Amino acid sequence: MAKDAPAPSPRDLIHTAIWREEAEDDNAFAARAAFCRGYDVFGAMVGNARWVEMLWLLLRQELPPPAALDTLEALAVALANPGPRDPSVHAAMCGAVGGSTAAASLIAALSVGAGRVGGAREVHDAMTMWQQCGADLAAWRIWSVPAPDATIEVWPARGHVPGFDPHGVSTPLAVRQLLAAALHKGAGERTVWLLANLDAAQETIGLPLAIGGAAAAILSDLGFTPQEGEMLYLLLRLPGAAAHALEQSAGGFKQFPFYSVELQEAA
Amino acid sequence: MKGPELLREHAGRLVTKVGACYPGSHAVFRGADLHRDLQSLDWVDLYVFGITGRRLSAAQVELLHAIWVNTSYPDARLWNNRVAALAGSTRSSANLGIVAGLALSEAQVYGGLAGLRAISFLQMAVQRVAEGADLEQLVLAEARAKRIYGYGRPINSTDERIPVVLGIAKKLGLDGGEHLRIAFETEKVLLPHYSQLRMNYAALHAALIADMGLSAREYQLLRIPTFLAGMPPCQVEAAEKPPGAIFPTPVSGVAYSGLPPRPWRGQTG
Repeated sequence: MAKDAPAPSPRDLIHTAIWREEAEDDNAFAARAAFCRGYDVFGAMVGNARWVEMLWLLLRQELPPPAALDTLEALAVALANPGPRDPSVHAAMCGAVGGSTAAASLIAALSVGAGRVGGAREVHDAMTMWQQCGADLAAWRIWSVPAPDATIEVWPARGHVPGFDPHGVSTPLAVRQLLAAALHKGAGERTVWLLANLDAAQETIGLPLAIGGAAAAILSDLGFTPQEGEMLYLLLRLPGAAAHALEQSAGGFKQFPFYSVELQEAA
Repeated sequence: MKGPELLREHAGRLVTKVGACYPGSHAVFRGADLHRDLQSLDWVDLYVFGITGRRLSAAQVELLHAIWVNTSYPDARLWNNRVAALAGSTRSSANLGIVAGLALSEAQVYGGLAGLRAISFLQMAVQRVAEGADLEQLVLAEARAKRIYGYGRPINSTDERIPVVLGIAKKLGLDGGEHLRIAFETEKVLLPHYSQLRMNYAALHAALIADMGLSAREYQLLRIPTFLAGMPPCQVEAAEKPPGAIFPTPVSGVAYSGLPPRPWRGQTG
């Protein structure tokens, strides 16, 4: 133990199986070395490990086969920028044009991108649906209708089959391309099935697949839980929010839409 | 209307009944001129009006004040407050610290979700009892399914806020509602089976607000500022201390239970 290190009460310890540090001899609050799942982060991983390898090790004890890492990386590239039309990025840009802080812009992107339509909770729901219904489209429809005695959540009740676009007409090329790219990298059985059954899915569900639905299948194939998938979806979509916020902060609010209003009589 | 047509209908314009601002002229708040018609409103009164579109009575607004005054504890150990304090300690901005603390407050163990489930249960129970259901069976079924919220409390099962706020509700004549009655009846059913499940503040809070006629979703919005007043003091004090001095954790403060050291790919141990 480092010099002058206080001895925390056993009740106050933080418990983890992910991360271990060794203290500097002269400072109990500074790490001379950090180990992630037993790997020396600064002594061995930095400069040698891929970002997705680090990401994976934060969630799992062992690295997966290369195909899984390649698939996760492909998904990360696909999700990195939802684009300025996406509500989460729109929220981040609102932060920037008004001169809010960088963190406020990202908090805005997280909050708006967290929900049940196009957001991380929808991915969580879709992954849960895969767990409970498998590749059974009829079962998906039934599962999506909230039970009358369902426990209330902080989220509004589900309104459509998760992973599908409630305003969509046909499956966008981008969604098909993401599934195909994941398949090329070696994605698993859900992705294979979904790509082969896109038209049948749309016919049964009445809506086309959205990018969140493709992500849910890929993340499920990679073995992630719905909770992990939700976190990854939040995390992986932030870079675009950051970039568009920075871009808009240079342009200012005069070049940003301020829509017209039609005020109706109060309800 | 659906699909892209629906979206096209809404593109580029805001159709609204709740209000709009006309910079340089005036602002409309749910049909009223904010600066002309609503000047006498208490802020909480306005807040509820914004959520529901209806005005509560003066007594109901006073009770909401009492609920909030008695809820916010400036103790930086509490998880939501701790986030606000940590933001002060790391010299982040005041707003960011409070927003993060509020975001945490929609929690299942102690916060917004517990309250939401409490009001949802009480409203269901009131309705089902009115339809002739047996409360004892309802309550025990919920408890067995681990869906009872508003009863039991981590650390200490006695809730010091209940007698205070209940006394104010009595004084205001707002303690006679059906949800409050069912809330206490629920406790009577629970205690012989689960001695730790004494009624806590979430059930009281939820019952009193349900008795004002608010829905669960309106309650979710209404309770957002519930813990707010406790956060700024934690943040102010943290910002006055040396940077990083709120709950600093030495390396020895982390108990590791994972894998032993191993060589990275292609490297020799």
